[in-house]
Amino acid sequence: MSHLLFQLSLAAYLAAAAIYTVFFISQKKALHAAARVIFCAAVGLHTVNIAARYVEAKHTPITSIHEIITFFAWSLSCGYLSFRWRYAVKNFGSFAVLLITMLMLTAAAAPQTILPLPPELRTWLLPVHASISIIAYAFLSLAAIGSLMYLIQERQLKRKRFGFFYHRLPSLDALDSLNQHCIGIGFLLMTLGMSIGTVWAFQLGGHRGLGWHSKIISAMITWLLYAGLMHHRFIKGWRGRQAALLTVLAFAAILLTLFLLLIQGGN
Amino acid sequence: MAHESIVLLGVNHKKTPLEIREKLALNGYEEPLNRLRSLRGLKEYHLLSTCNRVEVLFACEEPEQMRAEVLDLLFAGRVSQEQLERCIYTHCGSEAVRHLFTVAASLDSMIVGEAQILGQLKEAYRHASELKTAGLILNRLLHKAFSTAKRVRTETRIGASAVSISYAAVELGRKIFGDLNGKRAMLVGAGEMAELAAEHLVGQGIAEVVVVNRTLERAVNLAARFKGRAVGLDELVEQLAETDILISSTGATGLVLHKQDVASIMPLRRNRPLFLIDIAVPRDLDPEINTLDNVYLYDIDDLNNVVEMNREQRDKEAIKARRIVEEETLKFMRWLETMEVTPTIVELHAVAESICRAELDKTLSRLSSLGDKERQAIERMASAITAKMLHHPLHYLKSEHICADRQERIAVVRSLFQLSGENGAADEPAA
Repeated sequence: MSHLLFQLSLAAYLAAAAIYTVFFISQKKALHAAARVIFCAAVGLHTVNIAARYVEAKHTPITSIHEIITFFAWSLSCGYLSFRWRYAVKNFGSFAVLLITMLMLTAAAAPQTILPLPPELRTWLLPVHASISIIAYAFLSLAAIGSLMYLIQERQLKRKRFGFFYHRLPSLDALDSLNQHCIGIGFLLMTLGMSIGTVWAFQLGGHRGLGWHSKIISAMITWLLYAGLMHHRFIKGWRGRQAALLTVLAFAAILLTLFLLLIQGGN
Repeated sequence: MAHESIVLLGVNHKKTPLEIREKLALNGYEEPLNRLRSLRGLKEYHLLSTCNRVEVLFACEEPEQMRAEVLDLLFAGRVSQEQLERCIYTHCGSEAVRHLFTVAASLDSMIVGEAQILGQLKEAYRHASELKTAGLILNRLLHKAFSTAKRVRTETRIGASAVSISYAAVELGRKIFGDLNGKRAMLVGAGEMAELAAEHLVGQGIAEVVVVNRTLERAVNLAARFKGRAVGLDELVEQLAETDILISSTGATGLVLHKQDVASIMPLRRNRPLFLIDIAVPRDLDPEINTLDNVYLYDIDDLNNVVEMNREQRDKEAIKARRIVEEETLKFMRWLETMEVTPTIVELHAVAESICRAELDKTLSRLSSLGDKERQAIERMASAITAKMLHHPLHYLKSEHICADRQERIAVVRSLFQLSGENGAADEPAA
């Protein structure tokens, strides 16, 4: 059941991504409306898919590689939808949906069998820690997309060459406030997720504590990068190109953390 | 009677980079116009200098020689000879007329269809006519240029989407700030260009306009128009900390704002973006400023690129406009051909005109009860009579296939009408 739902939502995402891309190039309004409807349908199917998997697995589906990536993609969709009504960031959808679809394709490539949960992972802290962290990463990814768009647009304005992207990308101000908004939420959630993770690690390992796994070190570095970014933004008024560059760099650290997490298993 | 030809020399934004244009820009009209007076060969001349172009228009008998002399007089020492030769264009005869009409109709402008150029051309012509450097031919030519521009404006939609440089500035401002509402603008220099740009910005919801000028009095006057503030030039950097958009258009020869000035205020602004527009020629703002983060500096050539983007829709209208220019050029050239025997015809016209004027004044001053309409009717009648009276003598002068040769015909007409040869009429604008 959940498998079928996954395939359906993947198909819907693919369709939405295709239409969004065509819209990005042609800028026809009718396409935008169609893409949005299909995207919302895809998110709906995706939500039902996760719920169905929860019922089938009898535990929160954030343990296998497939599940983690799926949940990451879902968080991105929800994160995107959560603010698209508040901020009008022109053509942001085209980029976000592309990333979401790529994640879904990766998830589709991973083995989808439901694995029984090892006894030591059967705690309520795991789903809370994992879901909060992944939602945090989703917001930070959106910030990275916004920053990438910022860097492209900024380059056009500085070089004074107004090409393909100039008309299609929103104003620098819109992208900068998107960056601030997403990093604010993402950083808060990441801190929360890491605190819960620490508590859980102590509970699990007792005296062993956190241990110095590479994924934990990587997560710490990521957190420090974002903490530095937040600090500079609010205290020194850092913004614009430097902030955007650091956001993209910090996003690379997130990807590394996630990669280490996936190859080392969910704990 | 040697044939007089119309020559137009110039540089514009299409062929010549700003670096060279700013060196060639004229400093006011009076001084260069007076200097041109020393060139004996120039019959009539007119200058136009805007931030996008410098053009010299003159009528003379030896175009080649006068071209060299004019260039030498106006631009010698400013740029090297070969550089000048590379960027300057020379139009003669109908080419010159067509070019002038094209410029007046705003088809050669950076923003095709913008109305500013016509005002600038009229201003330039005002100087030429005040100093009496434009004569019969140029007077008529410039008046025709104005009417051609007017025809283009009313018969095509070319001006519909262009609102000069300020249009491009607003467009860019939107890409930087998203929304111009509540932003603060600063004008450095209280020139006409800055005024136009400010008007447009205020229309977009700019919160405050600060005017900075060397003479505070002008700044105060301009600021009053936008309900803004005026400050002196020495407060420029300090005020910049509170500004989002700066438009600079001073006539200063050196830089007004340096890189380190801007760099020093960025921390104070907490790195809020700063949009600087330099429409002055020569430039006011250090081009290096653009390398600073969160600062966007555009000079007049950069704005050109923004403007390029809206070109397509205007091109269709431009074809229509060019046809009008072509028509008017032909008409003018036909008129000019009939001026082969110019001096005699001019004098003949002038004599007739002065007789007509004198008689009219005499009569009309006695008929005070007449309304405007009646007055005009009488004036029209009087000029129609003189025109008809002159028709045959003029025809006789111009026609080629009469047994008497041209010199003979001229002599006949001159003695018939007792033309003295002291040509004082050339300075009167042609009707």
